[in-house]
This record gives sequence, C-alpha cells and structure tokens, in this order.
Amino acid sequence: MSRQANRGTESKKMSSELFTLTYGALVTQLCKDYENDEDVNKQLDKILFSYFLPRGYNIGVRLIEDFLARSNVGRCHDFRETADVIAKVAFKMYLGITPSITNWSPAGDEFSLILENNPLVDFVELPDNHSSLIYSNLLCGVLRGALEMVQMAVEAKFVQDTLKGDGVTEIRMRFIRRIEDNLPAGEE
Amino acid sequence: MTVHNLYLFDRNGVCLHYSEWHRKKQAGIPKEEEYKLMYGMLFSIRSFVSKMSPLDMKDGFLAFQTSRYKLHYYETPTGIKVVMNTDLGVGPIRDVLHHIYSALYVELVVKNPLCPLGQTVQSELFRSRLDSYVRSLPFFSARAG
Repeated sequence: MSRQANRGTESKKMSSELFTLTYGALVTQLCKDYENDEDVNKQLDKILFSYFLPRGYNIGVRLIEDFLARSNVGRCHDFRETADVIAKVAFKMYLGITPSITNWSPAGDEFSLILENNPLVDFVELPDNHSSLIYSNLLCGVLRGALEMVQMAVEAKFVQDTLKGDGVTEIRMRFIRRIEDNLPAGEE
Repeated sequence: MTVHNLYLFDRNGVCLHYSEWHRKKQAGIPKEEEYKLMYGMLFSIRSFVSKMSPLDMKDGFLAFQTSRYKLHYYETPTGIKVVMNTDLGVGPIRDVLHHIYSALYVELVVKNPLCPLGQTVQSELFRSRLDSYVRSLPFFSARAG
C-alpha cells in the first residue's frame, strides 16, 4: 500500500514509506545529537556546510539542478509563476503531492503553501518533550536553498503544522529580493 | 565538421571544467586568463543582448560565429553555462548542450555528495563520460577545419 513518487519520465520509483521512515530516522538522530529543539530546527534548515550530511539548504542547492535538468522549466517572470511551479511541478515531482497556494499578500510578495497531507509525517506523533520541534523544517531549507540558486532570496517558515494540532500544514513563503549577478572581482 | 573545445562555468565565473579536442592554435595566454576572458565576454554579451532586445528575452544569447569557428552557448536558470566551440558547419546544438548539463553534470557531479560545488570538477568519471559523449556526436570528426 505504498504511494509511489512519480519521478518524471525516467521514473525511478521508491516506496514513500521507506522515505518517510528514513526521514524520521534523521530527525530522531538529530534530536539525540542536539540538546534542544531549536538547534534541531536549525540543523534541519541548515546553513553550515557539511559534505556528508547535507540537509535542507544544502539539499536545495543541489536539488534545483536536478529539477531543472528534468522538468525543462525555464526562468520564472514573477513570484506568482514561481509559486505555481513550486506547488504543481516541484512538490509533485519530489513528494507526490500538490499543495494549494493561498493567502497572497496584497503586494504579491508573500504566499502560503497548504499541504493537505504531508508525507513526511505519516507515522509521526510528537512526544511531549519535543513540543517546539518543527519536524518538517527540512522543507523550508530545501525551498530556500533551491530558490537562492535561481537568484531569489526568500524566507520560508512553518506557520501551521498538523503535528501541533492544526488542521493543515502551512508553509509561509516571503520574497525578500532578487539576487543580481555580479562580475567576479578582479576583472576589467 | 568538428568540435574544438568546451568550457563549463558556474554562476560565479568559476571554470568548472575545460576540455579540448581539435584545437590547433592556442590563445597564447595562461589558461586561467583565457577562462576569465571568456567568462567576461559572455557576461558582457549577455547583458548587452538583453538590453538591446526589442521584446522580452526568452533564452537570450545562443551562439555567435566568426569566419573560422562558431561558439554555442547554453545557460540554465541557476547560471551554469555550457560553451562549445565548433567549426562553421554545425547547426543549432542546444539539445547537445542541455544533455551535457542534465545527463552528465547533474547526474555525475551535482548528485555526487563528494563533489563540492563551485570549484573545478575533479571527477574522473565525469571527464571520461563527457569525452566519450562528445566523441560520439555525429558532427565530431577528425578532419579538423
């Protein structure tokens, strides 16, 4: 009864249960390694570089190349188009779900991704002593890392989480600025 | 028809990879200088092309040619640039450059956690696969022009 992730044309399938459990093992190990939930959240969203355990951000930085190689999606013209591509193409490709896009801010620089069901938490219940753990924080790091590589600085954070008793899981995305290409230093 | 050489740059202008096949005359400057010149020229040509474009740009700049060679250019939204110099007989080769990016660079470098990004590619597998792919292209031939 496993959901199969649809991985494009050259589809390599893997059981989503295996994936969910593997992710669970990662989070559990991080909870053992770090003393408090804040540190685990930070690790999941990770900025520091590590070769062997690249998490969120570092996964995003590489995943975007795979995404572009496979999907043939070109450069987006505005943030709305980006939102559409993230929800309809990227989430579908890597997690097999299509979150809905809602709550646009009037300026069009913020929106929410609503995940009806989050495959990462299929078998998860948060124990009482980890009440401030943001279990799926990896996703925020991936989004941030991937978008940074296509010249968009964004902020991503969980505002609702089914694990915390909310009805749905909601990731809030905020556009910060466009990163301009600069000529490397030392060139005329 | 023939292939002269190939450059692979990242977003910061680092030359990730260089290889050459039928290149009879060298530029006469150190390789590092040559990469910098090449990247600088591409950077300028890109911004020039987008400023001059009468319509919204789509893919931007694709190729240019001189009386002796043709330079083909392919860029991804992440700023990876694939540049191939061939002789004049070669038509559009976007699909070839896309293949080098998607099937070789992404598969063998990006997905290899031991390959750090943003510096010269050390992977021997990448080099040899790239070499055999280029050699297998229909327009690759020993009769250099």
